[in-house]
Amino acid sequence: MFDGLTAETLARMQFAFTVSFHIIFPAFSIGLASYLAVLNAQWLRTRDETYYTLFEYWKKIFAVAFGMGVVSGIVMSYQFGTNWSVFSDKTGPVLGPLMAYEVLSAFFLEAGFLGIMLFGRARVGDRLHMFATAMVAFGTLMSATWILSVNSWMQTPAGYSINEVGQFVPEDWWQIVFNPSFPYRLVHMVLAAFLTTALVVGGVGALHLLRDKTDAAARRMFSMAMWMLVVVAPLQIFAGDTHGLNTLEHQPAKVMAMEGHYDSHPEGAPLILFGLPNAETKSIDYAIEIPKLSSLILKHDLNAPLAGLDTIPDEDEPPVAILFWSFRVMVALGFAMAGLGLWSLWGRLRRQLYDSRWLHRASIAMGPMGFVAVLAGWITTEVGRQPFTVYGLLRTSDSLAPVSAPAVAASLTAFVIVYFFIFGAGTFYILRMMNKAPATRNLGLRDGPVRAAGITPAQQVDRDITDDPTPQGN
Amino acid sequence: MLFDLSFIWAGIIAFAVLTYVVLDGFDLGVGILFPFATSERDRATMMNSIAPVWDGNETWLVLGGGGLFAVFPLAYAVIMPALYMPITLMLLALVFRGVAFEYRWRTTRWRGVWDSAFFGGSVVAATMQGIALGALVQGVEIEGRAYAGGWWDWLTPFSVLTGLAVLTGYALLGATWLNMKTEGELQRQMRGYARWLGAGTLAAIALVSLLTPFQDPEYFRRWFNLPGSLFSLLVPGLVALCSYALFQGLKGSRDAQPFLAALGLFVLSFIGIGISFYPFIVPPGLTIAEAAAPDESLMFTLVGAVVLVPLILGYTAYAYWVFRGKINPEEGYH
Ligand code: HDD
Ligand code: HEM
Ligand code: HEM
Repeated sequence: MFDGLTAETLARMQFAFTVSFHIIFPAFSIGLASYLAVLNAQWLRTRDETYYTLFEYWKKIFAVAFGMGVVSGIVMSYQFGTNWSVFSDKTGPVLGPLMAYEVLSAFFLEAGFLGIMLFGRARVGDRLHMFATAMVAFGTLMSATWILSVNSWMQTPAGYSINEVGQFVPEDWWQIVFNPSFPYRLVHMVLAAFLTTALVVGGVGALHLLRDKTDAAARRMFSMAMWMLVVVAPLQIFAGDTHGLNTLEHQPAKVMAMEGHYDSHPEGAPLILFGLPNAETKSIDYAIEIPKLSSLILKHDLNAPLAGLDTIPDEDEPPVAILFWSFRVMVALGFAMAGLGLWSLWGRLRRQLYDSRWLHRASIAMGPMGFVAVLAGWITTEVGRQPFTVYGLLRTSDSLAPVSAPAVAASLTAFVIVYFFIFGAGTFYILRMMNKAPATRNLGLRDGPVRAAGITPAQQVDRDITDDPTPQGN
Repeated sequence: MLFDLSFIWAGIIAFAVLTYVVLDGFDLGVGILFPFATSERDRATMMNSIAPVWDGNETWLVLGGGGLFAVFPLAYAVIMPALYMPITLMLLALVFRGVAFEYRWRTTRWRGVWDSAFFGGSVVAATMQGIALGALVQGVEIEGRAYAGGWWDWLTPFSVLTGLAVLTGYALLGATWLNMKTEGELQRQMRGYARWLGAGTLAAIALVSLLTPFQDPEYFRRWFNLPGSLFSLLVPGLVALCSYALFQGLKGSRDAQPFLAALGLFVLSFIGIGISFYPFIVPPGLTIAEAAAPDESLMFTLVGAVVLVPLILGYTAYAYWVFRGKINPEEGYH
């Protein structure tokens, strides 16, 4: 399947493939864990059954998504060693401790309290159950914090020196953890996770509103999700802009590629809206541009000069076309999300929030777009760091393990097959659960099979997932 | 010397790996025994007995890997490519098995598929861990700062033997765990298995212990010189004690005793391997001191470990306590 590719290309493909799958689940579970904590707290405060229904509903979906996040994450932490062992040897002293802190302060916390959150309410009581739920949410945020510190250090290394065997060694932990791009990346990513979750929750709410606009739980979740969009989408656009300015300062070549600036513009650079990057002529074909706008955005001055990729040696340039497109996809989706938020606000003002079918259809269409934006954003970030793994210091080609192409090709093939099979099935199950109305008692979790054996009222037993041994086609 | 940071860390990593082995050992063991359950009710009970804790158990594996990356980056960079295939297979197996916990409850038609994934994933993961261990004991070829051996070096009769040994041992842990957590027919069935698996595990321990000294003359020397020889004298006695406790417990009604005895066997075997390895982290050429990250990294991480590991042990113990006692299949966690 992968004949003729070098071990390096294959290892990069494998990393990109596995991490892209991984990020999908945390992006969702970071947001969902916080949402669950809010729902549970609201239920305890108001004792309004709707909150309880929603908590139980999303809890089961969370369990599946979280499981997929965990298994795909374990793969990541070993892949640094199997495919990028030289990278691991060199950056281990700096990055390893941060990842160890992630395990100690985040993964254990999530895993330790997850069982109680999912299965323990009856055993520990409401208060401790609330505590466990909050700990799981806190754990996912801690996890994001540490891993983003790691990633940001690779983008904007700080606080290190290089020893005689070529390893990066720590000089100042504060500077390492709080490296220049970390605060921006953390804020942007956490907002992205919240947005992604809000879009999914909103989409599911809209789906059930289309079927039954009196469904109390559907109304509640749709309304909550839309408020989230109204608040967070504009914040995200602002955060993204600030993030970009920071990147311009530390990784100018990345921004040049994102903007499609092959040439320098001494008197104000245009904003290229669309066009086709042409790597051969080093120009953007069919460009639609707005004069000077790029300088205005990036330098807050219409006539500020902006350097282009012509100032960067060819061997240090990231691939332009990928960055150019992925960046546009992300930004376009960011504005679309803000637009959906505004639309919902308008609907709310006109008291049409639960009636406007087009709003609901649009919300369903936007449901998965958070994931697309997250992937596009990460591709921008990571491809833009090329050809380095540690920006400016360690080249990707010098990071590779002494692996042979057939070995990497074989494992890549295995990962592709297994991931599509496993995560395809998981996505299918999640979608099927989302397709059921929130008030469905039996979405089919552990409480499904065991309770269904006689306790659950017949009309609530979902034929598909009960313990009924007779085969049934669906 | 004793307070050298790298040795403290070697101890912590060893502790993490041991904790992983005994904790995930029993839940992998439950997966290995899964197809032997005779009814859907038993399968549900078996899975429910580990559902709330398996994720925490597996996190120790992440700590083992992540910890190695943090404090012995060179060892991590050598071991991972050397064990490329067994590690990759183990990871894939863990993927299959991990998702089965949720997926099997989502479908009737495909339940069989996920049950096989649970069983197959557990078997492959256990075997690959054993093979990885055997391959490490046999030694890893290093040149400069990188692995220099071939792609199939890990596959030898000895590593296959250790693979099977770990598979048997995990199954024993699983059977004794279920003996402790279940009642009735299922418990009787597991008790029966535990006898056979106990015998198998003891045979495997004996065989591996006999063969290990021949993998490297160094091991031989370490075992028959002080301080190793002290342990060589003690170990057979302690193993005999644990075996006695195991079989004794399986006869009587002390349900926790066989599980604890099986844990004891694992701890003893683990210490044995530790004696063979010391002071190397990747035999035969890389010592603990050579592979260690600079002191600043070790110290920074140690602060976190000293504060957080006890905390982790505390709430992990609490989580186990919450789900203590026999599994009541009628209860169905909520
Ligand atoms: C819901 C998701 C989402 C949305 C709507 C946006 N982003 Fe984003 N963006 C991400 C999700 C994301 C991300 C996945 O979270 C990234 C990847 C790495 C990171 O820190 O954030 C990212 C990276 C990222 C980068 C790369 C920074 C770097 O690599 O140094 C820039 C410049 C922006 N974003 C800018 C924007 C702008 C101007 C947006 C306005 C519309 C925007 N993003 C919307
Ligand atoms: C925050 C944690 C992350 C870390 C520490 C990290 C680290 C790395 C490393 C070591 C590589 C391999 C070397 C290389 O090819 O540059 C890489 C490549 C890559 N990563 Fe990330 N990554 C992270 C998150 C992500 C996420 C969430 C995505 C999601 C899409 C992603 C997308 C990619 C892609 C597409 C490549 C390949 C780039 C190329 O080779 O052109 N990364 N990253
Ligand atoms: C190369 C980069 C990465 C590595 C090595 C990695 C490693 C891991 C591991 C080992 C787990 C499983 C933990 C467990 O056993 O419970 C995990 C889960 C998780 N990771 Fe990653 N990760 C990476 C990228 C990311 C990124 C970019 C984020 C988010 C910003 C992230 C956030 C999380 C979260 C929140 C979880 C919890 C499980 C879940 O929510 O699904 N990780 N990761």
